[in-house]
Amino acid sequence: VTVTAIHKDAQNLTMTVDARFEASPERVWQLWADPRQLERWWGPPTYPATVTAHDLRPGGRVEYHMTGPEGDQPKGYWEIVEAEAPHHLAFRDGFAEADGTPNSDMPISQVRVTIAEAGDGQTRMSIVSIFPDVAAMEQLLAMGMEEGIREAVGQIDAILAEDAVAPAGR
Amino acid sequence: MQVAPPDFDRMFGALADATRRDIVRRAIAGEEGVAELAGHYPMSFAAVQKHVAILERAGLVTKERIGRRKVVRANLEGLRIARRLLDQYEELWRGRIDRMATLITEDAKETQP
Repeated sequence: VTVTAIHKDAQNLTMTVDARFEASPERVWQLWADPRQLERWWGPPTYPATVTAHDLRPGGRVEYHMTGPEGDQPKGYWEIVEAEAPHHLAFRDGFAEADGTPNSDMPISQVRVTIAEAGDGQTRMSIVSIFPDVAAMEQLLAMGMEEGIREAVGQIDAILAEDAVAPAGR
Repeated sequence: MQVAPPDFDRMFGALADATRRDIVRRAIAGEEGVAELAGHYPMSFAAVQKHVAILERAGLVTKERIGRRKVVRANLEGLRIARRLLDQYEELWRGRIDRMATLITEDAKETQP
């Protein structure tokens, strides 16, 4: 089991995800620090991410877009607040306009990543997401889940199509 | 039969307001019309009417005629979907961490042939 705990705290508007990996902290850090690796996990298979800028230093930026099944390309960025390889990363996670400038209509959440050795060759990673207010959390939930929803809607379409075909085949 | 998928952006937009969330909570009982609802909030009847209209468009409440009155009722199916969406946010991160684990496993296989 990789994910060891998920805690959603509605009162403090935070979500904490704890995970454990069979690897060193340096290896886990690479998942964030190497843009080619980041691309392989940030977006789901139906919405792969392409990282176009990656400066993991305080004040630096990571810029990316995702490509959806219909060719849509939502853009996002991170503003790095703290980066201490291989243990600590903090950034502001925002959405961008088509030209790459921050989308000021969308809320910005804060993400804090802590990576620590857990013994037996294992590493513990904790990700804390902090939302500025309830409305923002709801707005972000709507955005972040779009990809999952599209997949679910696609599956419903497929099931409906099967139903339409099945009676004729009998 | 073709079922139109719910408009999730509209649904979450509608819920991103404390007054509207409170209206939805009261509409679960489904006993009050817009005028009675308006009595609970320090705002005009027209303002409450506007909030109800936004919730209606998002598919979260409906207006139903009971005798000579119209009451505002929560669409429980709509609420159920909203709750399910919250759980999907968790799934988003579970998916990411699964992909991280896969990357690490692949990597370990390459270095130990």
